[in-house]
Amino acid sequence: MTVNEKFLLKLYITGHTPRSERAIKNLRRICELDLEGRYEMRVIDILEQPQLAEDEKILATPTLIKVLPPPLRRIIGDLSDTEKVLVGLDLLPVELKL
Amino acid sequence: MTKENSKIPVEKLGTGIEGFDLISQGGLPIGRTTLVTGTAGSAKTVFAAQFLAEGIRKSNEPGVFVTFEEHPSEIRKNLLSMSWHIQEWEERDLWRFVDASPQPGHETIESGEFDLGALLARIEYAVRSIGAKRISIDSLGAVFTLFNNATLVRAELRRLSAALKGMGVTALMTAERTQEFGEIARFGVEEFVADNVIILRNVLEAEKRRRTIEILKFRGTTHQKGEYPFTVLPDQGIIIIPLSAIELKQRSSGLRVPSGSPEMDRMCGGGFFRDSLILVSGATGCGKTLMTAEFIHGGAKKGEKCLLFAYEESREQLLRNASGWGIDFESLERNNQLRVVCAYPESAGLEDHLIAIKQEIDSFKPDRVAVDSVSAMERVGSNRGFREFMISLASFVKHREIPGMFTATTATLMGGPSVTESHFSSITDTIILLRYVEMLGEMRRGVTVLKMRGSMHEKDIREFTIDHQGMHIGKASGSHFGHVPELTRLSVDAVCVREDLSGDLDGMDGTSHGFRIGSASKRRNRSA
Repeated sequence: MTVNEKFLLKLYITGHTPRSERAIKNLRRICELDLEGRYEMRVIDILEQPQLAEDEKILATPTLIKVLPPPLRRIIGDLSDTEKVLVGLDLLPVELKL
Repeated sequence: MTKENSKIPVEKLGTGIEGFDLISQGGLPIGRTTLVTGTAGSAKTVFAAQFLAEGIRKSNEPGVFVTFEEHPSEIRKNLLSMSWHIQEWEERDLWRFVDASPQPGHETIESGEFDLGALLARIEYAVRSIGAKRISIDSLGAVFTLFNNATLVRAELRRLSAALKGMGVTALMTAERTQEFGEIARFGVEEFVADNVIILRNVLEAEKRRRTIEILKFRGTTHQKGEYPFTVLPDQGIIIIPLSAIELKQRSSGLRVPSGSPEMDRMCGGGFFRDSLILVSGATGCGKTLMTAEFIHGGAKKGEKCLLFAYEESREQLLRNASGWGIDFESLERNNQLRVVCAYPESAGLEDHLIAIKQEIDSFKPDRVAVDSVSAMERVGSNRGFREFMISLASFVKHREIPGMFTATTATLMGGPSVTESHFSSITDTIILLRYVEMLGEMRRGVTVLKMRGSMHEKDIREFTIDHQGMHIGKASGSHFGHVPELTRLSVDAVCVREDLSGDLDGMDGTSHGFRIGSASKRRNRSA
């Protein structure tokens, strides 16, 4: 992976619940730390756009989808376990994957 | 009576699944969730899909199908065999999938707390966008395998169940069970999702699979109890055979129809009743098939339509035999007066045979029906399955208010009870016995009307002969000749063992001195 690769991240939430807010905050923190200046983050509220959840076959919320760079990855939860999020974003070496 | 409100019964939604609305006394409770559990291969998915399909086909009610196991494309393809064109329904907004099946390449990492809010939102969206009245969720067990946290899944399913109530849909959820008899479902889902539980079983019994459905509970409302057999047929899906739920409400008429033999008509006091069941019992080769052929011929002569189910002989054999008795089945068939259906009993299960018979009757609309022989069906299923088959068949024919003639082969050549008789004799209106009798040093054939509900009938045993013109029953006469000592008394005694028949024997010609032949014709039989 090159250092300048762009990240496109979509975070699906169901309404602005405390859990949703936590996920947004956690994601923002991780991105600021590790992906400064090279990420695009979109927050999609499923209650407003249910068809998008249908298209992506999303079951759990919050769900984070790493659209770019490939491979596509899904991380569910409020993203409070930073290490797992970094693994999911391919920002940590493979041997640490759990 | 202060609490009037609590007296309003739980309303039910007719499912349209054949037989189910009868055993559930109206269908599934409206606006509630019903759990359908069963082992692998017990037709849960078909049931879930059929619930929606019948809603669409019979009352144009849109439905949502939530799938956790199979991909929608698989379901569409599999259910095409039932002639359910799901894709077409989807295009017309009558059917919508919520696809929660495992997606290849969707590797998911869990990081922190989550819920199934997205699934709920999708289901609600699907329900609202097509105005669904019915929803099927297949299957709950698969949800548990998708996520590591079973407690969370359980809490979320409970939330889903509550949300479905809020949407006003009637819901059906499926869940696996590991054994046919034991815990209701895996993960104990029944405890928290459903007020109503239905169990589908697929039990191996006497080397045959036997499917049954049981409504275990309907909270706050009534249903028929116990297991009911069902079958899954291509083009039709699940068909439940509601045995004991069948109501005995057929009317009874005094109308008579000819039996096909003027002498037999006389023996029966003027012919068979139009809506009666006639059991013809006898050993192999003593004239049962001939009797059915005469019965059909008699109907055809009157311009009636006749339907014959033959389970013992091939079509060619049957046509040849009939023409040997001077009855031309082929030309009757050409004139659409007769339809002969030949099948090997072993070719299908009893339930499938039963449904095939019903469908033939429904489509051909005969004025009389003959089955030769029902006892051939004994081989196909278990004793219990056969009993259910007989009862169901009998009540179906009765409801059509047409005469039905069923033959039963006795186990021993000289007569005696058969399984068919013991299951069937109490629901038949007329019983005719055909027996070999020893007389003047040779074997002859005797016929008697053992029972004839609602009518006087002859008690004599008459001799009959068979030639190229069919059956010839000798005239009744008071003169007794040829006392048959041992063999035939055995057969009468054997019949007497049957409790429900013994009453009918009262009028018989003195059981103490055996089975006598009274016949005016003194000519010797041809050795046929």
